[in-house]
Amino acid sequence: MLVSLYRYNPEADNAPFMQDVEVELPKGKDLMVLDVLNLLKEKDVTLSYRRSCREGVCGSDGMNMNGKNGLACITPVSQVIKKDKLVLRPLPGLPVIRDLVVDMSLFYKQYEKVMPYLVNDQPAPAIERLQTPEDREKLDGLYECILCACCSSACPSFWWNPDKFIGPAGLLQAYRFLADSRDTAQAERLAELDDPFSVFRCRGIMNCVSVCPKGLNPTRAIGHIRNLLLQRAT
Amino acid sequence: MSNIKTMTFDAIVIGGGGAGMRAALQLTETGVKAACITKVFPTRSHTVSAQGGITCAIASADPNDDWRWHMYDTVKGSDYIADQDAVEYMCSVGPQAVFELEHMGLPFSRTEQGRIYQRPFGGQSKGPNDSTQAARTCAAADRTGHALLHTLYQANLKRGTTFLSEWYAVDLVKNAKNEVVGVVAIEIETGEVAYIKAKATVLATGGAGRIYASTTNALINTGDGIGMALRAGFPMQDMEMWQFHPTGIYGAGTLVTEGCRGEGGYLINSEGERFMERYAPNSKDLAGRDVVARSMVIEILEGRGCGPEKDHVLLKLDHLGEETLNLRLPGICELSKTFAHVDPVKEPVPVVPTCHYMMGGIPTNVGGQALTQDDDGKDQPIRGLFACGEAACVSVHGANRLGGNSLLDLVVFGRAAGLHIEEQLRNGFEVDGASDADIKRAMARLDRLANAREGEHVAAVREDLQTCMQLYFGVFRDGESMDKGLQLLNEIGERVRNTRLTDTSNVFNTARIEALELDNLFEVAYATAVSAVERKESRGAHARNDFTERDDENWLKHSLYFPLDKRVGKRDVNFSPKTVDTFQPTIRSY
Repeated sequence: MLVSLYRYNPEADNAPFMQDVEVELPKGKDLMVLDVLNLLKEKDVTLSYRRSCREGVCGSDGMNMNGKNGLACITPVSQVIKKDKLVLRPLPGLPVIRDLVVDMSLFYKQYEKVMPYLVNDQPAPAIERLQTPEDREKLDGLYECILCACCSSACPSFWWNPDKFIGPAGLLQAYRFLADSRDTAQAERLAELDDPFSVFRCRGIMNCVSVCPKGLNPTRAIGHIRNLLLQRAT
Repeated sequence: MSNIKTMTFDAIVIGGGGAGMRAALQLTETGVKAACITKVFPTRSHTVSAQGGITCAIASADPNDDWRWHMYDTVKGSDYIADQDAVEYMCSVGPQAVFELEHMGLPFSRTEQGRIYQRPFGGQSKGPNDSTQAARTCAAADRTGHALLHTLYQANLKRGTTFLSEWYAVDLVKNAKNEVVGVVAIEIETGEVAYIKAKATVLATGGAGRIYASTTNALINTGDGIGMALRAGFPMQDMEMWQFHPTGIYGAGTLVTEGCRGEGGYLINSEGERFMERYAPNSKDLAGRDVVARSMVIEILEGRGCGPEKDHVLLKLDHLGEETLNLRLPGICELSKTFAHVDPVKEPVPVVPTCHYMMGGIPTNVGGQALTQDDDGKDQPIRGLFACGEAACVSVHGANRLGGNSLLDLVVFGRAAGLHIEEQLRNGFEVDGASDADIKRAMARLDRLANAREGEHVAAVREDLQTCMQLYFGVFRDGESMDKGLQLLNEIGERVRNTRLTDTSNVFNTARIEALELDNLFEVAYATAVSAVERKESRGAHARNDFTERDDENWLKHSLYFPLDKRVGKRDVNFSPKTVDTFQPTIRSY
């Protein structure tokens, strides 16, 4: 298999370039893309990428594999390989620090903007706050986000306005707290989001849904936020 | 002062997992000028992989539940070398710590009454006189660690905690009085080195499962805090005690939670037999993890393993039905499909005991204060040094940890360390400054790597280290083979000290980090090996073929490994809980 790697070391290279490396895949075993990267790194230690849990829950190794964002550790080579070739690039739309490592500050900043924590102005009870299973179910499909940035960095609206449009990941978390029966800051949360950019730059392109490695649906969450904002305005 | 950049805080926490973030939150909330230094962005820490839940007597599943029963289970599970004052503290403070997490927003699963959902886990009973299976593990589906870690990060954001994210701690800085006064760390993105000065340094660096070839642990679990403390000359406790989780996915090593068996799943051998009925007639598949892991290995060794190599067993889940599996174990279904190519709704999952958890670590008291021993064998605090979470050994897990107790350990003792440090600082705790030479000493490894022109690559040495530990220090051990393993480790140590870094660039140099991590892996492995050879008995996770019995006369003790002379001493186990009667050691059966 031919692996074409995006390489860039700001200390050594004037510009990024693609490096082609031939990789011998072990027979009868379907490696994950991360395994391939680890093999490559054993041969060339200068290759840089993030990785941690290697099981799709920490969100470190989001990258672009043959044109589609995903997590390298849970993407089998067989699923993305095209014509015996695998092109690996950093997540698009974010500044590259080195090789496959991107600067995620803007992404995190958008997450921080949505007040991603529970707010409850009532004194806490001696035990837990009660929540019905039905209310708890409303958080399914929202709280599982791993902040890998596959969605936001696949979103043309986020590419265009990464400083003003919250992006799918941040908005998914915005809705996770709007939907929580224990949260009392709904009005304040909506007021923060009520401008032409934060939410309404979403054009329903749904790249986020197509790439989310956890099978989550930010577009649906954004739809719910839009509805809440419209109800608030009327 | 040397030209190295200096940042000053009252307290620093090294590690951004569950324990580190709980400690950082406590410190920030109480107004201490603190920073959390973490080599990965906090939500990438290994706590995120915890699945089944957090065990705690919150009396939801059983309104009559009692933390003393949880304490009894924990002491029994530890094979009686957990410190009973620490277990008492954890189990009694636990409910408050769990309710705090819920108030922070942790999305626990719920019961019909709206309370936190609790599931049965291994080793749970209703106290010394009633072996009925309890359901005491609070869960957020099978993603409890993820939910907990993100909730703690969110709570820290709310409070404005200072994070030094993607900074790697290299070594502790000690002053002339042997006090710990901060750490030398490197900013991964730029390669800049700084001295981060503090009156209190908390090691919350997690485990080191990567010393084994097959582990459920993340690639980042390289025992950095243990390595730093050992290089600083401080002792380690119970390092021979490593938990092998019964259900690592065969081949991949990724974890499937004990909650699978809690929800009614069970293990079968090649004959389709539910073999745990033979080994633990009462608790069956929910016996202690050490017991289940050993039973699985015996089944495999006696030829009843599954697959063409007969080298694993199967975890049967399909009888639970699709609805339960999707509701209670959705992450497991996902992982099984990805890593075992098996849909648990239809087929059993191939599993094998896999290195999972380090029960040993930096000895501390209940407040997270790191301890050493004086010449008379008395505990002495190490001024300025604290530890919590998996890196610490309080000890609440003794020779075998119960499932769901690690997450409780993180939040209870992360919180306790924060409380204790705040109090010390409030009472005017001061340390002397560090000299240039003190700081320079903590940079020795960086200097060596920068100047090494010859030597081996890190990956090859690391692989040999992991293979050695897997072969000679696994589920079953014996003196002769461990001696062989230790000899091999001595050779590997020589190679570790002579690795070479072919990439000396500054920006996001992960090769440099991996080289520094290898030093720590080796320190942990060596401490493990020496301690394991020394403990001549079988207790909890430490099972020896040449000393098959528990020896309470000689070894109802902690082992204490001293790095400077590579000696193993002993430390008394605490049998004096404050509010309940001591649980006396008895034969442990499930």
